[in-house]
Amino acid sequence: MVPLNFYLVVSAILFSIGAVGVLVKRNTIVIFMCIELMLNAANLSFVSFSKALNKVDGQLFVFFVMVVAAAEVAVGLAIIVNLFRKFGSISVDRANLLKW
Amino acid sequence: MELFLFICFSIICIISALFVVLLKNPVKSALSLIITFFSMGGLYLLLEAEFVALMQILVYAGAVMVLFLFVIMLLDVKGPLKEEVYYRNRKIFTIPLVILFFVLLLVGFFSPLATLGKKGKFSSEWILSQGGNVKVLAEVLFQKYLLPFEITSVLLLVAAVGIMVLGKKRVK
Repeated sequence: MVPLNFYLVVSAILFSIGAVGVLVKRNTIVIFMCIELMLNAANLSFVSFSKALNKVDGQLFVFFVMVVAAAEVAVGLAIIVNLFRKFGSISVDRANLLKW
Repeated sequence: MELFLFICFSIICIISALFVVLLKNPVKSALSLIITFFSMGGLYLLLEAEFVALMQILVYAGAVMVLFLFVIMLLDVKGPLKEEVYYRNRKIFTIPLVILFFVLLLVGFFSPLATLGKKGKFSSEWILSQGGNVKVLAEVLFQKYLLPFEITSVLLLVAAVGIMVLGKKRVK
């Protein structure tokens, strides 16, 4: 029986790696992957809490998070394709129309 | 045995997650992200969440990553971006990130979070006696969470329509 804290530590490490990636990378697709990584870290702590507390609600929340993440990825990648069509590059530095 | 498997899966998970950030080529990042998702599926299996583990492998390692690879191939991005060589404002990022990391680590490791709240009735023996993880999950999903489930389908419909709108060419 692995204690809950170990899972939480793994989840914390994965979330931090994802956060670093979002801030450091310039490639929009890789930034998206890092967002997925952060969502997955949150999912891991959901499931480990649902095991520790003997409830299944956490697993159902993971189900909903996955659905939302799938929708988000599909829309986001469509936006990236449009960005590439417009600027000819997928660097986030090029997408600065809304920057003040 | 369980601890051994946990350590194996989590080490694979963390190392391949590091590769996602460290590798310059987006295709390689995507492939190592697939490895991360697979080992997270293993972690879910260790937590006796079979349904979530299968969804993880089917939806994430399957569908989502195929979508990512498709877009990478479609956009034909060769190698690293030029701007990737230097990271501006590195110091501004580092300090809050280090703080975030240690706060998460401390909360995860030292706080007695598992003792918060009442324990539910869904212990692993009870789930086994009721016919398995998937059956129990389905019963809760279609009774307690029926409305959110239906709203999810609307969300997916909206996303599909949105992709159609974004993806089509502008016709003047």
